[in-house]
Amino acid sequence: MNAIHCRNINKHFKQKKVIALREIDFTVPKGETFGIIGPNGSGKSTLVRILSTLLIPDTGSATVFTHDVVRSPMAVRRMINRVSVDAAFFKKLSAWENLRYAARLYGVPKKQAREKTLAILDSMGFPKKRFDEPLEELSRGMQQKVAIARSLFTSPILLLLDEPTTGLDPRSKKEVQDFIFGLKRQTDITVLLTTHDMAEAETLCDRIAIINGGGFIAVDKAERLKDRFGVNDLEAVFMRSTGKEWEESEQDAEGRD
Amino acid sequence: MRVKTEIVSTLGFLERNLSLVRRYLGWEIVFMTYNIVNALTIGFIGVTQGKQFVMYLTIGALVWGFLSVLFHEISESVAWERWEGTIEYTFMAPIHRFTQLFGSCLFAIVYGLIRTVLILFFVALFLGLSLKQANLGAALVVLVVSGLSFIGLGLVAAILPLMSTEKGAQATHIMEAVILLVSGVYYDVSVLPKWLQPLSAFSPATYSLRALRGALLEGKSLTELWPTVLLLLAIGVLLIPLGLIAFNQAEIYAKRTGKLKRNG
Ligand SMILES: Nc1ncnc2c1ncn2[C@@H]1O[C@H](COP(=O)(O)OP(=O)(O)OP(=O)(O)O)[C@@H](O)[C@H]1O
Ligand SMILES: [Mg+2]
Repeated sequence: MNAIHCRNINKHFKQKKVIALREIDFTVPKGETFGIIGPNGSGKSTLVRILSTLLIPDTGSATVFTHDVVRSPMAVRRMINRVSVDAAFFKKLSAWENLRYAARLYGVPKKQAREKTLAILDSMGFPKKRFDEPLEELSRGMQQKVAIARSLFTSPILLLLDEPTTGLDPRSKKEVQDFIFGLKRQTDITVLLTTHDMAEAETLCDRIAIINGGGFIAVDKAERLKDRFGVNDLEAVFMRSTGKEWEESEQDAEGRD
Repeated sequence: MRVKTEIVSTLGFLERNLSLVRRYLGWEIVFMTYNIVNALTIGFIGVTQGKQFVMYLTIGALVWGFLSVLFHEISESVAWERWEGTIEYTFMAPIHRFTQLFGSCLFAIVYGLIRTVLILFFVALFLGLSLKQANLGAALVVLVVSGLSFIGLGLVAAILPLMSTEKGAQATHIMEAVILLVSGVYYDVSVLPKWLQPLSAFSPATYSLRALRGALLEGKSLTELWPTVLLLLAIGVLLIPLGLIAFNQAEIYAKRTGKLKRNG
């Protein structure tokens, strides 16, 4: 079964006259961890938002476990959760107060929610005693861990991670990555991960898509991408595929339509 | 099962707002004190003119306090989540928008009532109340029905912050100011310039204040007040579904144009 199925998605934003996504077409089978790498402003978050029912594509369609994100958003919402790069919380409320609110929205019993989130946080090295402190007093890394706990205690079968480790120190980053890795091993969760960390993409993702100027340039296993671009690490693949030559050909494409 | 989930979610909104009130307690106390003092100063204006006029003014202050809290809490519930950045997470949750808005309304009512009772207490303490000829039952009915119409207004106004955080919040403030001006909160609408007077007919507050003063100052009964009560009820029954539909449309528009949020 396919966890994600996108067909010719196009999305533009009028205010800024930008084309955020063009002809996005891909499939992620259940259980896969699918990575998306690409420069700033290449459309990664826009794609994640479409899959999270927060944006409506101009054309094309996207389904999550066969449910259309525009026509049956409710069904999709029950299956997904998302972590964004900025930990969006009520900053004056504590981690627990924020998570309790989320628990109510997702219909998870309070006790179960508390136990589960504490267990998740604990395994990422979050200090338990700070669970009831206002979030604004926690460091960015701690807030991000709370955001990850929020996305997981609702037991999503598709997890959308939009730069979950950006801005974390190396240890926190490792803890979060190990946690995602463990999750993959122990469950059949499907993960869509965007990142600017090439090593992270390589170790966590089964396949990787390279996006530039709103379009997928290549989708493949990391090894195959390296072969294809004739380089020996993913960073070089990134540089090659999103470098000048590509940008120029993108502009050509833009000029034509 | 689904209904239960939705009820639990409604509780979630109440609980969350309660936690917010607790965390912003300092501000709550400051605003509360300001509102009490504000109601008192307005009441004092009437003292030289006699008890009846004091009552006339304090009814204005109390009713306006209650209705504007309803309007504010609902119209700004979206704006608030946009400032905090949590709006995407609330919108992504598997709950009906109706539940979310209903949660905000419920909180607004409870919060508004508590505030109004507190102000009432201090007004009675300092100015005394003369309720000898008042028809309290009728007043209560009028207040409840007015609440509905203001919830409706709040819902209609809530779509503005959905489109734009700042401009939306500005627009709701302007809306509130216009209602305050034309509804005869502290004076009879007949004192307004001729060209402004027709506007007062469009504000539900005009009718609720007229009816409440009728009940509290002249002891009018529901049988005398029913045309106004019915009108208020109609406004509420019309505006609430209209607000919900408009909200849904605005949400779709926001999701098409990317107005919900842009960073990340
Ligand atoms: N809500 C919005 N309104 C207007 N323009 C938007 C909106 N969201 C994204 N954009 C624009 O669409 C393009 C793609 O943005 P997007 O956020 O998807 O990029 P990204 O790949 O996630 O970048 P980053 O790596 O910096 O997170 C950018 O040009 C951005 O300015
Ligand atoms: Mg992004």
